[in-house]
Formats: sequence, structure tokens, C-alpha cells
Amino acid sequence: MANPLRGEVVRLYKNLLYLGREYPKGGDYFRDRLRSAFSKNKAVQDQEQIKALIARGEFVARELEALYYLRKYRAMKKRYYEDWTVILGRPV
Amino acid sequence: MSGRVLVGVKRVIDYAVKIRVKPDNSGVVTDGVKHSMNPFCEIAVEEAVKLKEKKLIKEVVAVSCGPQQSQETIRTALAMGADRGIHVEVTGKDYDTLGPLQVSKILAALAKKEEAQLVILGKQAIDDDCNQTGQMTAALLDWPQGTFASEVSLENDKVKVVREIDGGLETIKISTPAVLTADLRLNTPRYATLPNIMKAKKKKIANVKPADLGVDLTSRLEVLRVDEPPQRQAGMKVETVDDLVVKLKDAGKV
Repeated sequence: MANPLRGEVVRLYKNLLYLGREYPKGGDYFRDRLRSAFSKNKAVQDQEQIKALIARGEFVARELEALYYLRKYRAMKKRYYEDWTVILGRPV
Repeated sequence: MSGRVLVGVKRVIDYAVKIRVKPDNSGVVTDGVKHSMNPFCEIAVEEAVKLKEKKLIKEVVAVSCGPQQSQETIRTALAMGADRGIHVEVTGKDYDTLGPLQVSKILAALAKKEEAQLVILGKQAIDDDCNQTGQMTAALLDWPQGTFASEVSLENDKVKVVREIDGGLETIKISTPAVLTADLRLNTPRYATLPNIMKAKKKKIANVKPADLGVDLTSRLEVLRVDEPPQRQAGMKVETVDDLVVKLKDAGKV
């Protein structure tokens, strides 16, 4: 009997897999760790526990988005903007 | 006012990719290289979508000029919240010589056709670093421009723009319709997650040819040569200040 939360778990997995393609250490590295993380919790049946795990997975997704944004922001800032503290006279 | 915003998005080589110059120095290797939306264009899309979410404008239209693959970039914009897309098909030699002048002519024609209230672009593309398209588009349309925008607010039919300039920030008020170009600190672009990409598949992307808009794509520029920047020389460590002076004198710097 499939767990009613199965759909959510699969959706989370697909989402993380998609996000992980750009992982700095490589999409394969991320995918392997993602699979082992999910298969470790394969046996969990308790709804509350599953919901907590899903929440953790979504937290990881937000962290990844933040990581990608910060990398890009820092790269752009480094490439296009000289030391602003010198120009503006205040920290940025 | 139509409440429609046109956002230009450009497909460029991904910012994290190590660029390699072609062996014949005619350009940069693009085949098989990862491409994505220009980071400044992402910021432009985000601003347009934010304006729509605040109910200050009604529709966001994403435009890209280029070959078939440009549609992926438009799809990313749709996944970020744009309502529909326009793909201006430019291929082959025309695409190789496509520059700010041609793109601004296309955008100006589209802005008039779509009766846009605002045209928002990224301030520059990370591949050619021209920083011209926004300015040229405004000039062709004879519209006011708010470039290097780090803050945008709509007040009735005027736009207040805080611009990042050398030496600080400049606040201007311009009337619409207008052209804005997005700077790094304007906003934090959202990530186009998988569910959003799936939803965006239902949104329409219209296909248009530059000839339909009456735009002539001939370029006034010819790229003669592309070279890598000079290799960085390794640094040297010296033991004392006197050694440093000797080394500087040898190098002819002192």
C-alpha cells in the first residue's frame, strides 16, 4: 500500500535532482549523495517523521538556491565592481 | 497605459565556464559549452515579475534574439514568472554579427508593437560587456532611460530610479514609457525550480523574424581578432626591502 506522501517525496527528489545539476562538486557527486540520503530513509512509515524529512529536504533545496545565488553574485561583484568601500567610503 | 513590460533576456555562455579562444582567433568556443541567461538579465526579469506581483503592471513579456536555443532562455524567464515570450529568430552569420545596435532596433520595434510601458534590460551582457543595448533602445524610441538601476519604484505614471554611478547613488524621476537597465543590487533573482519550469511549458512563445519587424541586421562592425588576455606572471618573494628596491630597479620601474 503506497504511502499517501509518496507523491510529495518523489516530487522533492526530482526537484533536488534538478537543483543538484549545478552543484560545484559536480552533478554526479550530488546525485550519488542524494540517492544514498533518500534510500537510507526508505523504511520510514510514520507520517510525522516523513513530513519532517520532507521539510529537511526542502530546507536543503533553499540552501542550494542560496548557494548558487551567492556564487553568482560574488563572481559578478568581483568582475565588475572595484572596491566599493574605497569609492563609497562605507562598507557594502 | 497598457501595463505591459518588455524584458530582454540574452543567452550567454554560463558565467562559471572557463572561456577558450578558438585556435584561429576568430572568436570564442561556443559549441558544446554550457549556456545560460545573462545574470543581469535575470535581475531584469526578477524586477519585472516583482512589479507584476505588486500589481503595478499587468503583463511581463520576455524577449530574446537568437537561434533555436534562445527559446531555453525564454523558458527560464517564463519559469521565473513572465507571462509570455517572443523569440526573434536570428541565425547563422546574422547571429554572429548580432550586436547592441541590431538588438536595440528589434527591441524598439517590439516595444512599439506591444505598446510596452517599460522595457527592462540587464545593464550589460557578460560575454560582450557592451553596456549599450538599453541606452540605444531608449534613444531609438526617444524614451527616457534609467540605467544602472539599483532601486525602481513606480509612482503613478512616473518612475523613480536610484542609479549606481561612480561616486555614489543618483535618484532620478522619469516619465513612462521608459527603458531601465538593471544593476547587480536591484534585487535577488529567484531560481527557476522544476515545478515552475513545468508550469511554464504551458505559456506561449511567439516566433518572429527581424524582417517582420522591418529591422535591418547588417552590422557596422567587423571582428578582426580575438585573443586571450596575457598570462599572469608569477609573483616573486623577496627577503628585505633592499632586495625589493634592487628588483624594481632591474625591472626598470624605479
